[in-house]
Amino acid sequence: MAEAASGAHEDETTRRDFIFIAAGAAAAVGAAATVWPFIDQMNPAADTLALSTTEVDLSVVELGQQVRVLWQGKPVFVRHRTPAEIASAQRDDYATLKDPQLDSQRLLQSNGQAGRPEWLVLQASCTHLGCVPTFVEGSAFGGWFCPCHGSDYDTSGRIRRGPAPHNLYVAPYVYMNDTTIRIG
Amino acid sequence: MAKRKGLPKMLRALSAAAIAAIAVAGVALAAGAAHHPEDHPFSFDSPVGNYDMGQVQRGFQVYQQVCAACHGMDNLAYRHLGEEGGPFAAYRVRDHETGEMTMQIGRPAHGGSFVAVTDNPWVRAIASEATITDIDPNSGQPADRPGRPSDHFRNPFPNEIAARASNGGAHPPDLSSITLARHGGADYIRSLLLGYDGEMQGTLYHNPYFPGGYIAMPPPLNPDVVLYTDGSPTTVEQYATDVTAFLQWAADPHMEQRKRTGLVVLGFLLALSALLYLAYKQVWRGESH
Amino acid sequence: MSGPSTYEPASGFTRWLDKRLPILRLAHDSFVAYPTPRNLNYWWTFGAMLSLCLVVQIVTGVVLAMHYVPHVEHAMDSVQRFRRDVPFGWLIQPMHAVGASMFFIAVYIHMFRGLYYGSYKAPREILWILGCVIYLLMVATAFLGYTLPWGQMSFWGATVITNLLGALPLVGESIKNWLMGGFAIDQPTLNRFFSLHYLLPFVIAGVTVLHVWALHEAGQNNPTGVDVKSKADTVPFTPHATMKDLFAVSLFLILFSVFVFYMPDALGHADNYIPANPLQTPPEIVPEWYLLPFYAILRAFDFNIGPIDSKLAGVLAMFAAIGILFLLPWLDTSRVRSMRYRPIARQFFLIFVVVCVVLGWCGGQNPGRILAKAGPFSATLTWVQGGQVVEAPVSASSEGGFDQAAAAVEQQLRGQGATLTAVRREGATQGVVRGVVGGAEQTRTVRGETADAVEAEITTVRAEVGAAAPFFIVERRVPPTFTVTNLSQVMTAYYFLFFLLILPILGLRETPGRVPDTIAKPVTDGKAQGAA
Repeated sequence: MAEAASGAHEDETTRRDFIFIAAGAAAAVGAAATVWPFIDQMNPAADTLALSTTEVDLSVVELGQQVRVLWQGKPVFVRHRTPAEIASAQRDDYATLKDPQLDSQRLLQSNGQAGRPEWLVLQASCTHLGCVPTFVEGSAFGGWFCPCHGSDYDTSGRIRRGPAPHNLYVAPYVYMNDTTIRIG
Repeated sequence: MAKRKGLPKMLRALSAAAIAAIAVAGVALAAGAAHHPEDHPFSFDSPVGNYDMGQVQRGFQVYQQVCAACHGMDNLAYRHLGEEGGPFAAYRVRDHETGEMTMQIGRPAHGGSFVAVTDNPWVRAIASEATITDIDPNSGQPADRPGRPSDHFRNPFPNEIAARASNGGAHPPDLSSITLARHGGADYIRSLLLGYDGEMQGTLYHNPYFPGGYIAMPPPLNPDVVLYTDGSPTTVEQYATDVTAFLQWAADPHMEQRKRTGLVVLGFLLALSALLYLAYKQVWRGESH
Repeated sequence: MSGPSTYEPASGFTRWLDKRLPILRLAHDSFVAYPTPRNLNYWWTFGAMLSLCLVVQIVTGVVLAMHYVPHVEHAMDSVQRFRRDVPFGWLIQPMHAVGASMFFIAVYIHMFRGLYYGSYKAPREILWILGCVIYLLMVATAFLGYTLPWGQMSFWGATVITNLLGALPLVGESIKNWLMGGFAIDQPTLNRFFSLHYLLPFVIAGVTVLHVWALHEAGQNNPTGVDVKSKADTVPFTPHATMKDLFAVSLFLILFSVFVFYMPDALGHADNYIPANPLQTPPEIVPEWYLLPFYAILRAFDFNIGPIDSKLAGVLAMFAAIGILFLLPWLDTSRVRSMRYRPIARQFFLIFVVVCVVLGWCGGQNPGRILAKAGPFSATLTWVQGGQVVEAPVSASSEGGFDQAAAAVEQQLRGQGATLTAVRREGATQGVVRGVVGGAEQTRTVRGETADAVEAEITTVRAEVGAAAPFFIVERRVPPTFTVTNLSQVMTAYYFLFFLLILPILGLRETPGRVPDTIAKPVTDGKAQGAA
């Protein structure tokens, strides 16, 4: 009699525990699933993402000039290099470099195809602390010079002197046709 | 005692009468002044109904070739057409036999990967047909350029004053959320487009569905003005139905996702309620209350 | 009710914490060990739903504020962008909009429950008043929030409501301009409304803490209205009440979800998708459904009361309708709490609920709409076929003497054999009387269900008769009508009489039903038992 009662009591306990655990687990899953939309809403919205590519018309950039365009809210240099700048960049391919890279590597499109030597597409943020370097003015290597802490880049955007640890990053770009590139 | 009993009874009768009065008034309300829009069985009407994307595509064509001459849709961008749930959403699919990758509009039955809007050729083509006035990055002067997917729909007028000046003082309303912004929603828009009876009063057109009965918009649709490529009839009724479906999608582009999510949420809540009910009963077992 | 705390810290850390910040003790005493009457029914679960609503509104609101731009040019576009482009914006925006309605559904049921079971009576007066304060804050918050999307209803709703304050004598205009930050609803108004809309929910949260504090001090009322006598009458809040609340909340969420996912716009107004236009008022301005009863009371006053003009009277009545709730604990004289034992009061209460619903309906209607009329609209048309028209000028010596002079001239014409005469006044003292001599007099009566129908009939007859009859007299008769405004007046009268007359007098005169000695003891078989 006592045994039977205790057995029934145990069944009772199991059933009760099952209901509580199931209800608790379901509520926890529901709460977790509800939290996600409230976190995800802070991610870049569709209109912001749609602006994550920028198209540049190359035909308006004169030889020896560069344009600064905004890509994802950040500045990008698109430089139309002169033969002298190209020659200088290629000559220094095997110089002592902090961050060794060939000029041809720095022209690669984001789809892996080779670029064209006269067009260099660089993220215009100094790899030190993010200032925008100026062209030629102050540069001992004929390239970019960062006014903030004196980092000096050559005509291929490679770091040659100063505190910056890396070359100016190449922006991901592809040629859409002969006179248009798409960044991003 | 009997006297006292009489009062509550009377009061009960009174409240019943009041309820009956509301019911009668409700019926009277249904027969309003302007014509009640005709109830058209749209694919998106039911709680599980989706958009007929072929219809939305045709409707977009009607909007582009007819409505867009006067009406802007400022909240819409060309990219919206190619986003998931949009009429021109594109997917990459691998051909089983040749193994070649092809692109198609609409989600395939299985597999297929969504094509980013910026790479969607249909959306790019639609956008590039529009002429967008922008600031020339070199001269700083306003200049025309072909549209991009991120551009908003081209508005036919630079501002409201210009819109009124070109339309005899009337302002063609923005159509971004038009089916939400009108009583009767999609049915109203469709009925309005089909409601012209040829009668005019001055420069206004009689339309029984329009509040007040006279509308400044001339009958916008005529047979065979938009050429469909899918063989759908090129009648005014078909145009009106299609463009209404497009406008409904434009006003509520996430409807399909919302209904799908709702189904999951409601299913979950029903199960949770059942479990909570059992837990509640369990807690109160043996307690007198 | 609080009694000595039964909290015993279980671990070393909780013992350490309890000596420094007894927050776990507070939570335990308030939400775990707190004694709850056994016999609470489902009407007592709305407090939990209201807490949930407040949390939902604050969380979704904070998210919306991350994307919303409080600028007249961008407000509506920013809401549209949130719905269209922000991840899950299509879900969160309807949650906030529908959430407001859900909040009010729950609060109205909560209030009617308190009214029915006498939860406002001693010792719960402060509890009730704090609840009324929360309700008032909710109304203010909802109104401010409705302005933010800057649609037509936002703009004109804000215009109408701020104009209410302009009804106050002397200071009204200054207060109105102070509130708007200008001479019309505009950018400064939108900016401050946004700021206040963000602030008030936190004030509501604060008052809610006081509300719960007062509740836990006085203890919960229960369906019998009888005070809890001993521990045997109660169960611990957790898990007993908690579980029941969770179940009820889950059902409430189903209703909430049906609206969010399948009818997100059913409770809103289409006009609020039209951008605000200060140059054009929508054909009808109505507030959100939960404010319609007060709107009906506002419009019920279409007459001046002595020195108080109709506008001010409506405004005062509208505020009084909420204000009177604050006085309720002292207006109801009955010593019995629960209407379960007040059969007559219960009937009046049920009528009161119906009256509130009818007021809500009236608030959404065109005030001039005719609900009932004694007989049709009609007009008697009289004209003469053939005959000869005669004319005589009227010239009175004073403005007041015109009628008399005209009557004399009419008499004179009739003396000349004119069968029909009519007066046309052409100035303060000048006019002309026309009559017709000879011909055949014709009469026809037209009827219609509406005044417009009668006018159409008149036009038809006139066209039929045409130029043949130079003389055409129309006598229109409007039947006595009962309009939405009249209905609102009756309902408003009952609303105030219920509080000012019925409750005070009934409490003194009625004979209550038998009340149980303890809440555990059912009075009539199964009646109290079946409550939960």
